[in-house]
Parts: sequence; C-alpha cells; structure tokens
Amino acid sequence: MDNHLYNFVLHLGDNALILGHRLSEICGHGPILEQDMAMTNIALDLVGQSRNLYQLAAELKGEGATEDTLAYLRDATEYKNFLLAEQKNGDFAKTVLRQFFYDAFNYHCYQRLLMSNYQPLAAIADKANKEITYHLKWSSEWVIRLGDGTAESMRRIKMALEDLWPYTGELFKFADYEIACNTEGIFPDIEGLKADWDDEVRTIFAEANLDIPEEKWMHDGGKRGVHSEHLGFLLAEMQFLQRAYPGQEW
Amino acid sequence: MTQAVSKENILNILEQVLDPEVPVLSIVDLGVVRDVILHEEAIEIVITPTYTGCPAMDMIEVGIKSTLQDHGFENIILTTVLSPAWTTDWLSEAGKQKLQDYGIAPPQGGSKSKRALFSEESGIICPQCKSTNTEMISQFGSTACKAQYKCLDCEEPFDYFKCH
Repeated sequence: MDNHLYNFVLHLGDNALILGHRLSEICGHGPILEQDMAMTNIALDLVGQSRNLYQLAAELKGEGATEDTLAYLRDATEYKNFLLAEQKNGDFAKTVLRQFFYDAFNYHCYQRLLMSNYQPLAAIADKANKEITYHLKWSSEWVIRLGDGTAESMRRIKMALEDLWPYTGELFKFADYEIACNTEGIFPDIEGLKADWDDEVRTIFAEANLDIPEEKWMHDGGKRGVHSEHLGFLLAEMQFLQRAYPGQEW
Repeated sequence: MTQAVSKENILNILEQVLDPEVPVLSIVDLGVVRDVILHEEAIEIVITPTYTGCPAMDMIEVGIKSTLQDHGFENIILTTVLSPAWTTDWLSEAGKQKLQDYGIAPPQGGSKSKRALFSEESGIICPQCKSTNTEMISQFGSTACKAQYKCLDCEEPFDYFKCH
C-alpha cells in the first residue's frame, strides 16, 4: 500500500467528517429555520463526502478496515484534519467564517483533484465539486452580509476573524504525504493553491468591508495528528455509540 | 436467469421504484439508474447518487432489490458509480412534467453556470400559477436537491428542484 496516498485520502476524509460533524451539532439550533436547514444540508454533503473518501481509504488500507472503523475507532492523534475544521461553532459569524475559509480552500483543492491522475479520487472530486461550489456560494454571501451589515454583525465577524485567521496558515503548510502525492500527479499544482485561496478571500472581504489581517503566527499540527483540545471532546461524542456497542453500522 | 428478459423489461419494472423524497418520480425518471447489465446468473443495476450524502440512497437500494424480487428476480447486484457525476440534465422530460404537476418547480436550463457566485437563478416558474415573478427564500430546502422559492403573484411558497 502506498502510505502517502492512504494518508492523503484519510486527511481529506477527516476534514469533511470533522467539519460535517461540527455543523451537525447546529441541527435544530440555527438562528432561523432556513439557515438551520442550510447548515445541516452542508453537514450532510460533507459527511457523505467523507464516506466516499473513507471507503476508498479502507480499500487502500485493507486489513479489514471499513469506513466505520476509520471514522469511529481512531483516536485524536490518528486524525489528520485541519485544526480549522475542529474549531467550535461559536456564534453564527464564527460558524460562517470557518465555513468560508474551508469552502474557499476546498473549492480550489477539489478543482485540482479533478485533474488527479488517480482515477478513484478524481471521481469523488467530480461528485463533490458541485456541492462544494454551492457551499462556497452560501458562505461567501453570508460573510458579505455580516461584514457589510449592522455594527453588531460587523463586530462579531471581526471577532471571528481574530479567532480563526491563525488557523488558515496550516491549509498551505503541506504535509509529507501531500508533497509526495503532488510529485506523483495525484494532487496536482499545490503551488498555486494559496494564491487562488488568497484571491477568493480578498474578493469577498473587499465586498464585506473586512481587512485581511497582517501576517502573524499561525497554528499547525492537525495534518500530522497534533490537535487542539476540542477534537477529543468531539470524538467522544461522535464515537460513543460505536465504542459502547461495537460493530454497529451506518 | 430467464432468457426472455431484456434490459427494457427490467427498466419497466424499475419504473415502479419511487424516490422516497420526491415520491412522484421513479428512479428511472430521476436518472439514478445508469445501466442494467444482464449476466448469466444475475442482474446488475448500476446506480449513481444525486447528492453524495443523499440519505434516500439506502432506501432506493432496498426498493430496487425488493421490487425486482417481487417479479421473481433473486440475484441482484447493485453497483454505485460516482463518475460521470449526476446532474439535473439526467432528469427525463417526463420526470420534469411530473415534478411540475406535483407542485415542485423543475430545474430550468442546463447545469452550466457553475461559478456564477451571486447570480441566483431568476425567472423560476411558479408551479401553481405559472408566474415568473418569483424570488428565492433560501438556497437550501427540505431536501438536498431543492431550494425554497416564493411566488410574488400568488404568494405561494414552493420548492424548486435546483439545477446541479
């Protein structure tokens, strides 16, 4: 088994599952009905994408691995998601901004995966891409609406920006497995990712009257299993049923 | 397997399997059935999900198996393909008419303008009074495949099967 390919697919799946789970926590608690449904719809897409990726990862791993063992029986240090994905929902502004940063990255990441020479991954990207485009549209519109809205919405999104910006550096600090996949054509053109993401953020921030923060220290570690304190709590809730009643299926 | 069976026979039977979330559409209308392959000992049904996380897929799989079993076909293989990805272009004309009659506006136009970030789809025809004077309430609706609209003439809210 190609270890870097397995790790890369797992990393993509972990991003989708962890953010999907975070959003699912909002189900029934959204600020208004339409946005509650929007966020849970996005959660559903993300959890669906993670299933496709885990099924592929399980195939690569063999040894009896399944989508369930990968999702439910790995501990925090084995998870490779971005720290951004596991950050808590906070208020609506924080949920929206976290989503926007992730969607803008994901959109350009999956555009590249469409060109992957590894066919199973290109097929997953083909399916996921339309959904991600729709997510990016939703989160972009809300960043603008909050930034360009009332004094209170502006205050809140600025606070969210302060909190979340330090987690965006990790998106472009490529792990060994990403670099190896890049070399082999599995994950093409990672060099251009940051510029594309910057463009996306700059365009939306300009409309939202938000300034890009100055360069400062950035967190990292998620991609290699070093997580913030939040992930353990999230997993405890998500994995409880499987740990208490082993062998249950999706 | 019985020799007399043709692909068309099987597709006709599959017309009876309805999408649980839009129960006027068959999975054939919807374009979820990609292919039917007749093997010596089994029938293979190739399906594709509309949305990655579509929770109806499990029910659709059960529906396919039980409906074919009711018609005496025991060995059924279900294969899921992701690529080429499903789009609303796969929806049959008959399917679009059924949606309209059911009170859901069918997708209008092709699935082209993917990147137009802020151009919400306008001029969606109200399935009740046929007015095009409608507005979007929310990009996301009661299921992953629908958005919420409102007619500004007859004032009825309605679901729009979004272009995808």
